[in-house]
Amino acid sequence: MRRRVARYSTLLPGLLLLAASLLSTTAALADTAPQASEVSVWSKVRSALFGSRVIDENAEAIIRLDAPSRAEDAATVPIAIRSQLLQTPSRYIRKLYLLVDNNPSPIAAVFELQPESGRAEIETRIRVEQYTEVRAIAELNDGALYMAHRYVKASGGCSAPAGKDPQEALRNVGRMRLRVDGPIEAGRPTVAQLAISHPNASGLVLDQLTRLYQPAYYVRTIEVRYAGRPVLTADIDFSISENPNFRFYFVPDGDGELQADVVDTEDLHFGSQLAIKVGGLGGPTR
Amino acid sequence: MHALRIGSLSTAVLIGSLLALLLGALPITVNADVAGKSPLLLENPADGIYVHRGAMATTAAENGGDIANIGFIVGSRCVAVIDTGGTQAVGTALLAALRKRTDKPVCYVIHTHVHPDHSFGDAAFVGDATVFVAHARFPAALAARREGYRQALDRLLGVQAAGSEIAMPTLLVEGERQLDLGDRVISLKAWPTAHTNQDLTVFDLRTKTLWTGDLLFAGHVPVVDGKAIGWLAAIDALIALNAAHVIPGHGPPLRDAATAFADQRRYLQVLVSECRQALRDGVTLATAVDAIGSVEKERWLLFEDYHRRNVTAVYTELEWEN
Repeated sequence: MRRRVARYSTLLPGLLLLAASLLSTTAALADTAPQASEVSVWSKVRSALFGSRVIDENAEAIIRLDAPSRAEDAATVPIAIRSQLLQTPSRYIRKLYLLVDNNPSPIAAVFELQPESGRAEIETRIRVEQYTEVRAIAELNDGALYMAHRYVKASGGCSAPAGKDPQEALRNVGRMRLRVDGPIEAGRPTVAQLAISHPNASGLVLDQLTRLYQPAYYVRTIEVRYAGRPVLTADIDFSISENPNFRFYFVPDGDGELQADVVDTEDLHFGSQLAIKVGGLGGPTR
Repeated sequence: MHALRIGSLSTAVLIGSLLALLLGALPITVNADVAGKSPLLLENPADGIYVHRGAMATTAAENGGDIANIGFIVGSRCVAVIDTGGTQAVGTALLAALRKRTDKPVCYVIHTHVHPDHSFGDAAFVGDATVFVAHARFPAALAARREGYRQALDRLLGVQAAGSEIAMPTLLVEGERQLDLGDRVISLKAWPTAHTNQDLTVFDLRTKTLWTGDLLFAGHVPVVDGKAIGWLAAIDALIALNAAHVIPGHGPPLRDAATAFADQRRYLQVLVSECRQALRDGVTLATAVDAIGSVEKERWLLFEDYHRRNVTAVYTELEWEN
């Protein structure tokens, strides 16, 4: 618990400040050429997160980003951060940053990983507000930075109303599901999926009747542990799609419980557990 | 270099002529009428029922946003307009066509749902005597979407979008409601979430004409902006109405809609069953959008424009069904 408080106090205020300063920038730039806004938003995010540190863009061996060049549904754009690097205690990716340059809040997620994560791969779905560069930046345990990026053509994903059926979405807030697809072997990276039923709403939808913006309501932090040890932690915001969904890896070293805990912006806490048996086939929580 | 240039030039010419051939063969009509605000072409499938067929295309400059079926029903007292088209210009041209058929006032403008290709023509009908009618969930959907729809329309159509506006309805329908146009009663039904979460159908009791809005797509690939499961249930209920004439949201008015309903049901069932299988097998969304429903590809117009988004919608709908 103390650890969590410490992490908020160091990371979150910075991110929020940055988001606030960028919100006006991106709004003002909405009608200008995409190129101009990309440069300025990225340079701001870059210096805020990484200062003057070198970021290696020749990153194929470390990190890759899969994203559609043209998104079919701007509110649900599937992306995958891939890595060839096997996580070992001596060399591993300790952080993955997922950035969407031209979104109102460009830092979509910051994932923290461990050697026990097995592979630094994350699949999720993002909102895209306008044509944009999407970036995945890996920070290794020695501090080295690597970046992969893809240009995605989509628009309106953040200011789109949440969901096909908003009333139902609110009724189901906080339902969670963990799923592991076996066979499960001790010591082998195993893929798991966490699904959270949540509007993860941007607050950018203008209510024409009241002329007020609906309040932002989204998942803020995610912590996944296996047998009590952290596998994946993430600070996310509303650039992650409604019903946040993550596929990631963990390494079971024996039987144990996969535990996911989630906190949203209303400070509501949700949790889900899945018992894992080495030699078993996995399956979903119900 | 010289040879290369000639080579690429002739390739370009070849591609150009192929394109011309293709375009000529496709059922895309250039609705020059709209630009000049002359009346729209109307069909008259039944007594007092008038329909203008939109182009089978996505909103673009060459169709001026005239891509949805719109029209009106004439009673002895007044006229009910059903959907108004994709721009103010389309709405104005519909009104001009209406005025050639009748001088009775337009008492109702009825929205089948909030989508912009059906509703931005409202601007042409705003006036004291006209009541805008829609599903009870329409106002919230419009409030959330209007800004985005307006920006997209400007981006797609530029000056052709000028003056376009979707009116906030004041007569809201929950369940069913009948309206009397004078010696002619029409029955409105608000549906549970199907094509969208605010679908409304209109049934003319005298001619047994059913205006489905986008609860029926004929030839044009269905678009899922609601729930496939709810839509499948709605299809059964719509067939059970035994309409003599069916006016889909896109595609030709039909005397016998059995095939059109069956095609749409098959498409949605393919999406549902393949998405369920993908979810059971742990297939990711990114993989699913490329793999699911390809068997349907040759059966629909505009498949490439909408199908993958449909897969995304149905996959994420079914993710939480248990």
